[in-house]
Amino acid sequence: MSGEPLLKVEGVQTFYGNIRALDGVDVHVNRGEIVSLIGANGAGKSTLMMTICGSPQARHGSIIFDGEDITQQPTHLIARRRIAQSPEGRRIFPRMTVYENLQMGAGLDNLKYFDEDVEKIFTLFPRLKERQSQRGGTLSGGEQQMLSIGRALMSRPKLLLLDEPSLGLAPLIVKGIFEAIKKLNEEEGLTVFLVEQNAFAALRLSHRAYVMVNGKVTMAGTGRELLTNPEVRAAYLEGGRH
Amino acid sequence: MEYFVQQLINGLTLGSIYGLIAIGYTMVYGIIGMINFAHGDIFMLGAFAALIVFLILTSFFAGIPVALALLVMLIIAMLMTSLWNWTIERVAYRPLRGSFRLAPLITAIGMSIVLSNFIQVTQGPRNKPIPSLVTDVYHFGNITISLKQIIIIAVTAVLLTIFWYVVNKTPLGRAQRATEQDRKMAALLGVDVDRTISITFIMGAALAAVAGTMYLMYYGVATFNDGFIPGVKAFTAAVLGGIGSLPGAVLGGLLIGLIESLWSAYFTIAYKDVATFALLAFVLIFKPTGILGRPEVEKV
Ligand SMILES: Nc1ncnc2c1ncn2[C@@H]1O[C@H](COP(=O)(O)OP(=O)(O)OP(=O)(O)O)[C@@H](O)[C@H]1O
Ligand SMILES: [Mg+2]
Repeated sequence: MSGEPLLKVEGVQTFYGNIRALDGVDVHVNRGEIVSLIGANGAGKSTLMMTICGSPQARHGSIIFDGEDITQQPTHLIARRRIAQSPEGRRIFPRMTVYENLQMGAGLDNLKYFDEDVEKIFTLFPRLKERQSQRGGTLSGGEQQMLSIGRALMSRPKLLLLDEPSLGLAPLIVKGIFEAIKKLNEEEGLTVFLVEQNAFAALRLSHRAYVMVNGKVTMAGTGRELLTNPEVRAAYLEGGRH
Repeated sequence: MEYFVQQLINGLTLGSIYGLIAIGYTMVYGIIGMINFAHGDIFMLGAFAALIVFLILTSFFAGIPVALALLVMLIIAMLMTSLWNWTIERVAYRPLRGSFRLAPLITAIGMSIVLSNFIQVTQGPRNKPIPSLVTDVYHFGNITISLKQIIIIAVTAVLLTIFWYVVNKTPLGRAQRATEQDRKMAALLGVDVDRTISITFIMGAALAAVAGTMYLMYYGVATFNDGFIPGVKAFTAAVLGGIGSLPGAVLGGLLIGLIESLWSAYFTIAYKDVATFALLAFVLIFKPTGILGRPEVEKV
């Protein structure tokens, strides 16, 4: 089992109506890895994240998670296999409190580990603790981002999908989030697959990375390899402030 | 003054019934954005189920205590309406989810006609009376309160409390609210959205059955087209209170009940529906989202 990747995406094509957003994508994520996906706007990164979760479903190809074919499974059953996602746009429940949003994250276990886990989230994001009875829709963008990540972590995922976790956050908070991801990965063996615009930080954090262009993976390698690759540098790292 | 209080009590009784029906409209609207036009007929079905159970009970168990009879009527009516509403959601509404907005609405009108015609054919087109079940009345000065009214108001209050608790404090209620607010995200968190929607239809139907049973007990008759006028009133209540809002549905129901009975008492009964709908128009002009409706702009 442990030789097999945790997540294996093969030849996946996803369509929106007649428009092909993913054009034969192959990626895999091994247990205990942090893998990032970078690419220009509209490349299909978010589509891949959502296709893994079955919404929309892939029209061709296969997605194997933890040894099981989940390609045709409904979204909620995929979630119950412990794939958690902090999706693009954060998708906080606007008329639920911060606390209730976190409870939604822990719904798979009927809140069995809730008290224990929510403390961890509050340690990770003290801001959420202060705001726990505020309605999700009234949080600031950055607070919503923290909540979205926190909510995803509440389900004790085997695989955490993060779609642009740094979006809209102050650099210091981004640093905090990336450190937190690293820590969860190193200490608890959490497997992470993330999409990032902040390619420099993502590549430094990741064991491996993929570059996506127009619905296809065009490059793959270790974070270090891609960081030093001239094409990647020119396309995604130029003007980087690091 | 006593006359006023008397009308207030009558209005609250009627309003309770409207409120119970209105919840079904508002919940279904909240969760799938559809006006379930067939909901008024669910109420009517509830009344008929209770009526039939009553006839069976009284012919087979002649000396059955009234309280027990009412309880059995209530439970069976709730089961029947739940089953029916669950079924129409599965076969008639669910396949249309994701198609254009009007499609489920038109289907719901169809379902409404199917049910009322079915009852008309099987139960006959005339009023079906039952003997008065609960006859006790209490006098306080010139004010008369019947036990029926007390039962209706009390049952409504108890149910609304339970209902409020379920929606606000239980995992099921959270799943319902999550589905209402962002269906895709709810699914990403493991919520079975289809099942949650089914349960919402069942809950709405059960409350409508309670309303139907209470209505039957209060007025002592049921007809196949009883779903229409109370259904429209309850729908109005839901819109008045702010469609999608549960407290709004109850408030709207009570308001309409009160207006009807106060208007009938002080003005002419012939214009009571005009008064109700005039109020609706008035509220919608100044607050298009209804009294407790949320404004659509939401910072997300
Ligand atoms: N619901 C949709 N309907 C139609 N087309 C869509 C839909 N969602 C995405 N697309 C299209 O699919 C393509 C890929 O979109 P996607 O959101 O996956 O890009 P992305 O790589 O995440 O971009 P960004 O970096 O801007 O978030 C885009 O061309 C987009 O316009
Ligand atoms: Mg995206």
